[in-house]
Amino acid sequence: MSFDSFGEFLAMGGHGFYVWWSYLLTVAVVGFVLIWPLWRRRRFLAEQRGRLRRADALGQQAEVESNAPEA
Amino acid sequence: MKYIPDGLRRLWHRMGSPRWFYETTGSWVPWLAASAALLLGVGTVWGLAYAPPDYLQGDSFRIIYIHVPAAYLAQAGYMLMAVCGVVLLVWRMKLADMVMATVAPVGAAFTFLALATGSIWGKPTWGTYWIWDARITSVLILLFLYLGIMGLRRAIERPEAAGRACAILAIVGVINIPIIKYSVDWWMTLHQPATFSVTSAPAMPPVMWIPLLLNVLGFNLLFAVSVIQGTRTEVLLRERRTRWVTDLCRQERA
Repeated sequence: MSFDSFGEFLAMGGHGFYVWWSYLLTVAVVGFVLIWPLWRRRRFLAEQRGRLRRADALGQQAEVESNAPEA
Repeated sequence: MKYIPDGLRRLWHRMGSPRWFYETTGSWVPWLAASAALLLGVGTVWGLAYAPPDYLQGDSFRIIYIHVPAAYLAQAGYMLMAVCGVVLLVWRMKLADMVMATVAPVGAAFTFLALATGSIWGKPTWGTYWIWDARITSVLILLFLYLGIMGLRRAIERPEAAGRACAILAIVGVINIPIIKYSVDWWMTLHQPATFSVTSAPAMPPVMWIPLLLNVLGFNLLFAVSVIQGTRTEVLLRERRTRWVTDLCRQERA
């Protein structure tokens, strides 16, 4: 252990501001990079399910293929 | 192509199938994510709490444990995009275009992170948040290349034409990668030279560089998780008119 107390660990020898801001930014960027593709997938599946349900209700299953709008 | 063995050729063709990619890679993600969490957990705790402070920079040097992996991925991501560009132009492989489209925002995010953490680190070390140093400027150009490729894709309506244009820009932009690498040698700059090199031992003691190595590996796995998940989503979006995707949409709970 490089620090004697938790307070010293947070202070980072007077450089706490720089160190903790860097790590906070990293958490934000990593979170974005991991969550963004999952969020896009979830949105796509919800949209498609809604579209398919409507098409099925209308009994126009064959229309599904041509009705999909451009993303 | 006639010199390539049959098995390899079959693998190459299967790899070109977006459906094959979607169905094969789904089970990889939990393992990659768990390994990334383990490596980053150990590397970051070690780097932040157990590695000794630098004799000149004190504790601000601990930013290295995220700055170096981010900067590494910024460049590796760009290279991956350029390789996909070549594959797309030469073999017309659709999957390569999907990977290329997915990597751009992820690479841009890591380039931003490298610049931001470098800037924060610069304040206590050099006394300034920003300077037009050769290394910093060339990495800023890398960020603009990523953003340019993302913009180009949005600007061109036909997906095939957009893919080809992005591939060409990605390939031309590769010239920036050696400039980033050698900028610290070619110009007299503030930025310090590379921490790791293939030909010589690191200048740091192992207690400092082992956590850095763990974090570089962990960030790589994290990048892989993001790109695999992103590409799988991209596959669904682009193949949404096919039978297998509509069937999947009916079954899947999101």
